[in-house]
Amino acid sequence: MAKEDYKGIWVFAEQENGVLSGTTFELLAKSTDLKKKLGGTDEITAVVLGKSVSGLADSLFEGGAERVVAAENDNLEQYSARPYARVLTQLCEKYKPSIFLFPASPQGRDVAPRVMCELRTGLTADAIDLDVDEDGVFVQTTPNFGGNILSHICIKERRPQMVTVHPKIFSPLPTVKGARGELITEKVEVEADECYAVVSTEKRVFEGKPIANCDVLVSGGRGIKSPEDLEMLRELAELLGGELASSRPLVDCGWLPHEKQIGQSGTTVKPEFILDVAISGSVQYLAGMQNSKCIMSIDHFDGAPIWDVSHYGAVADYTTLIPAVIAEIKARKAGK
Amino acid sequence: MKILVFVKQVPDTDDVKLDPRTGNLMRDGVQSVINPFDANGVEAALQLKAQCGGQVVAISMGPPQADDVLKKALAMGCDESVLLSDRALGGADTLATGYPLAKAAEKIGDYDLLICGRHATDAETAQTGPIIAAFLGIPQVTLVDKVSVEDGYAVCRRLLPDRYETVRVKLPALITVCSEINTPRYPTPINIMKALRKPRAVWNCADLGCDLSMVGAAGSPSSNKKIFEPPKRNTATRFFTGSTEEMARAIVDTLEQEKIL
Repeated sequence: MAKEDYKGIWVFAEQENGVLSGTTFELLAKSTDLKKKLGGTDEITAVVLGKSVSGLADSLFEGGAERVVAAENDNLEQYSARPYARVLTQLCEKYKPSIFLFPASPQGRDVAPRVMCELRTGLTADAIDLDVDEDGVFVQTTPNFGGNILSHICIKERRPQMVTVHPKIFSPLPTVKGARGELITEKVEVEADECYAVVSTEKRVFEGKPIANCDVLVSGGRGIKSPEDLEMLRELAELLGGELASSRPLVDCGWLPHEKQIGQSGTTVKPEFILDVAISGSVQYLAGMQNSKCIMSIDHFDGAPIWDVSHYGAVADYTTLIPAVIAEIKARKAGK
Repeated sequence: MKILVFVKQVPDTDDVKLDPRTGNLMRDGVQSVINPFDANGVEAALQLKAQCGGQVVAISMGPPQADDVLKKALAMGCDESVLLSDRALGGADTLATGYPLAKAAEKIGDYDLLICGRHATDAETAQTGPIIAAFLGIPQVTLVDKVSVEDGYAVCRRLLPDRYETVRVKLPALITVCSEINTPRYPTPINIMKALRKPRAVWNCADLGCDLSMVGAAGSPSSNKKIFEPPKRNTATRFFTGSTEEMARAIVDTLEQEKIL
């Protein structure tokens, strides 16, 4: 088959217990943009797997899907890699999409490589941007080599061109209430994976609020000199009604748990306000927080990449400036 | 029990720059280390061996100098190592990396458990493990932070963003491990000495019986079209200046204006 025979943009609509992931809608929005750039003829299809999932179609249409393929089987009720990969492979062979986008979530990153392997095509990992370049080629942007360099990856000949896409990079489209499209319900045949069983789940309990849901964050980076200094940032975060977070180095050295890490290999955040302290701003870190509404930074180096995204800042030694800010806030609170 | 553990050599730095003249990566002076998550994989393999007995084989793919990470794995306590090294393997994407690694597992044979790190710190694709499992037709459990083996099954706890999920998987299976699973041991001087006498194989594509159309750059569906430094975003930054106290006042004024306080 020639690559020209593969048409359309597919989005893996990730669902758990009947709830679609937010990234599904971000990918539908980006697909609308890609469709325009590719000439407007590619249909946007959301594909959703589960026991009984055609009821999710309406919200997918309202989020930008023009067509929904709902693959249903009792054995798909709970996610596991092999049955999901088998069904997605069959659907790709039947419908022949040109582009297939997955959320770079635990589920997306678990299933997509197996589908790619069955189809002998390419899969770009954890893209932070998607575009059509000056040659008309669909390209995926990924950070590389620890973060200071970006790559444009392309899948030249094989189809579909598969990509896992980082969450919260793109904004969903405004919901179009009542929007409808073509719904195809596929009653697929698939065996359960007899070798794989989820025997129990346990909700994780976190100290503080998950950083993804915080309106205010104070984030410390490689330049933080001691755990005591980190406690100072925690105090400031508490004064501002927010949470303490960090870039990767402080998690790597064990000062903070992984769930407090902002960035590509951590959590993507979009708070109302973020204060970055002693963070230079690697591509991975910026990818995890650049859409924050108000960004303020304190770093001693005036050439750091963090300034490219900061609305406010001070080129200063945080060890004296942070205590002065804490004192000023306390004084004003006491004066009120 | 036979455990295969896959290890990758990665640059020990976040600070790789482009040569402004050639546009190529400047690799000079950059040290290489074992991918930290793969060190967790080696440790997990050694702990399981201590409980269940058996044998641990460390496998890597790369140029001859990638043997350094295998020496480290042997010095930690692995029994044997296999390096896949062949010019034809160079320039591989994830599919063309997973394929020869799966071929190596087939050649070794009789494996019970395959272990990879959750991802490598250089390209962060997290794909190699699932691809090896797909080629071998075995189940996978990703993001594991606890594992035990009993009666031909592995019981694995997955570390997911909102929950722990315990999975019982029939062996043979592949798992990818998080750093939370353990603290990798340091090689002792005695084990470093012993490592020199352990079996160390080097296999090329012919040894593996690889289909040459499926390896290296030629076997890679995806390719790097361009590498570049990130474009400057140039958000207009309002800088606070003056003494520490003046800056602190200006910062708190701004917090009030922005209704953070």
